[in-house]
Amino acid sequence: MKLIAALSGGVDSSVAAARAVDEGHDVVGVHLALARKSAGGRERGCCTLDDARDARRVADVLGIPFYVWDFAEKFQETVMTDFLDEYSAGRTPNPCLRCNEHIKFSAVLDRAQALGFDGIVTGHYARITHGDHGPELFRAIDPSKDQSYVLAVVPRGQLAAAHFPLGGDYKADVRAEAARRGLVTAAKPDSHDICFIPDGDTAGYVVSALGAQPGAIIDSATSERIGEHRGTFTVTIGQRRGLGLTVPAEDGEPRYVIDVDPHEAVVTVGPREHLMVHRIEADAPLWLSSPWSGSRSDVQVQVRAHGEPTGATVTTNGDAVVAELAAPIQGIAPGQALVVYDGDRVLASATIDATDRVRRPRVHT
Amino acid sequence: MLDGRVYADHAATSPMLPEVREAWIAASAVAGNPSSLHSSGRAARRIVEEARESIAAALHARPSSVIFTSGGTEADNLAVKGLFWAARDRGDAPRILSSSVEHHAVLDPVEWLAKHEGADVTWIPVDDRGLVDPTWIAEALERLGGDAALCTVMWANNEIGTIQPVQDIARICRAAGVPFHTDAVQVLGQIPLDITELGASAVTISSHKVGGPVGIGALIIDIAEQFTPVVHGGGQEREIRSGTLDCALAAGFAAAVEAAVRSQHEHAERMRVLQESLVAGIRSAVPDAILNGGQGATRLPGNVHFTFPGCEGDALLMLLDAAGIDCSTGSACTAGIPEPSHVLLATGVPESLARSSLRFSLGRSTSDEDVTRIVAALPSAVDRAKRAGSSTRNGAG
Repeated sequence: MKLIAALSGGVDSSVAAARAVDEGHDVVGVHLALARKSAGGRERGCCTLDDARDARRVADVLGIPFYVWDFAEKFQETVMTDFLDEYSAGRTPNPCLRCNEHIKFSAVLDRAQALGFDGIVTGHYARITHGDHGPELFRAIDPSKDQSYVLAVVPRGQLAAAHFPLGGDYKADVRAEAARRGLVTAAKPDSHDICFIPDGDTAGYVVSALGAQPGAIIDSATSERIGEHRGTFTVTIGQRRGLGLTVPAEDGEPRYVIDVDPHEAVVTVGPREHLMVHRIEADAPLWLSSPWSGSRSDVQVQVRAHGEPTGATVTTNGDAVVAELAAPIQGIAPGQALVVYDGDRVLASATIDATDRVRRPRVHT
Repeated sequence: MLDGRVYADHAATSPMLPEVREAWIAASAVAGNPSSLHSSGRAARRIVEEARESIAAALHARPSSVIFTSGGTEADNLAVKGLFWAARDRGDAPRILSSSVEHHAVLDPVEWLAKHEGADVTWIPVDDRGLVDPTWIAEALERLGGDAALCTVMWANNEIGTIQPVQDIARICRAAGVPFHTDAVQVLGQIPLDITELGASAVTISSHKVGGPVGIGALIIDIAEQFTPVVHGGGQEREIRSGTLDCALAAGFAAAVEAAVRSQHEHAERMRVLQESLVAGIRSAVPDAILNGGQGATRLPGNVHFTFPGCEGDALLMLLDAAGIDCSTGSACTAGIPEPSHVLLATGVPESLARSSLRFSLGRSTSDEDVTRIVAALPSAVDRAKRAGSSTRNGAG
């Protein structure tokens, strides 16, 4: 097959590409230029340029062609703009999901296919099997690296052209393989940050993009103003640190963000039990299995990339999904993705609009 | 240049000639610093000076006017900054006239001087072929009362191959008493190059574009002109460009220049035939392709530059690469991200079309079969690139 290998400059995509070459595929390495400028108008950082260089060196060692594809404009339109819109609306976005949905397995794959390639190989940790009804997405073997959650937004049509050679491997083995192959990326640390916020200061990024919009922090127990925030978009439901609260709670227990209201510019804090969610509503489900109607109680849901699965009864009418949790989950914010699993298999994903604690529907599509 | 490939990127670099490699390797065995006073130093110095004399003779210049540099980029920097700083020290107006289609090795120093050294830049526009009208320069100089530090206009453009009327421009600048620099990197070996007849203050040439080693070039100066050094040190090269010279690079450079000048006429004739055949072939294979630049005497014989509407240039480049053809989008890259060519934008090509362009630069290795292979590979590449261009909403590429 003719495959595009998306080379980020990290160890995983390097080994994935190497294996595709070993399997005899006709592989072309592509590094995606996504964030051309950071929020402060700085040029692409040195780290980004280092990544591009590392990706190129891996392609050299593998003896495959290498190109940089510029998707910065599309990334800006579909990922970065959405990121700020969602925070403005009091929701908590996950840009990696949006990137998989709109860039890697959409725009990039479209371009690759138009140029005559059969598919795309990436270093994601997840497994695809090809069943009678099309591709099925499964968790990776390595639970600590499993990325099926952030891939659950990719439709089956696109998954059919995706190749994840690392889904059956443990990270440590992948690193060892990279070293054995002499790839320059073997010892590179894992990236955890959002790629366009390399310093990890999400609140600072959003403030610099949207400007400070200060408002009150209210204690849910007393309804009193006990502090000030720089903008509702600088905090996330479930957050405890970094609120700058000096007045102790009456009961002496820690307080968490339990709601953010962007319209009134109010952040509400309260005790931990007010974070406990029992019921989740999500819209626009994407089915990676045959959709069901009515309820299923033999499934699990996950609400964070590295969260634990929780047993749930999931009811759907096709347009919306409601999950009644067998055990409560703490600190779920609208905007996060709800992914439904049957064991290791991904059944569906949908975007959370409301819980039994907060309701904050999407304001744009 | 790899075996079995069609190498159509001679404007980027041209494969080393066998006689160059011989001269280069022979001289590399000589151990000695050309500035040393002992016998070993003199042996190295002799090679450097013979190279200088050979280059000067080939280009109708005086040996003392050949200032070796590390390449075309350094020579351009020395010309632009050296003339600017010398003029400012004399009390001339800190003003630069520059064409808007210069190579980045001129463009960027000019912009740097504007940003950091208070240079006042007058950009000279070009017509839709990329040509500067000398009367625009005459008018600009008249408007400025003939007071400027320098005027710089490249002899021929590296992207679209347009040959400028540099003789007329040099005459106008001379009459106004304004130093004139021209980047002749692309013309060497393609058209006759007579330094004395031109009468410019500084002319840039480069070794590896004519089959010489990479890492050496020269600024050929009017020795009556003043240049403030950019690189200070041991005072080599008339105290204009310090640094120990490599006699092997100089020997290889001289052999390449000698060969380029000796074979210029017949080389150009051969390139013209291949050029016409490639242009005609592309036009018939891809009817909506648009030829950029001038025709006939205003175009370098080795340059073919087309816009392929609806295609991303870099998608085409990748598809042709896979088909065994090396060519270029001709424009500069920032971290591998293609920017629309400032040259095409200056000729009035809209940004979307500027990104849809490819340069094929022909040279000694180019054969009829190469032309046939390019023409044969283009239709399916264009077809696919068009599909890829329309598959992404904003045509990101």
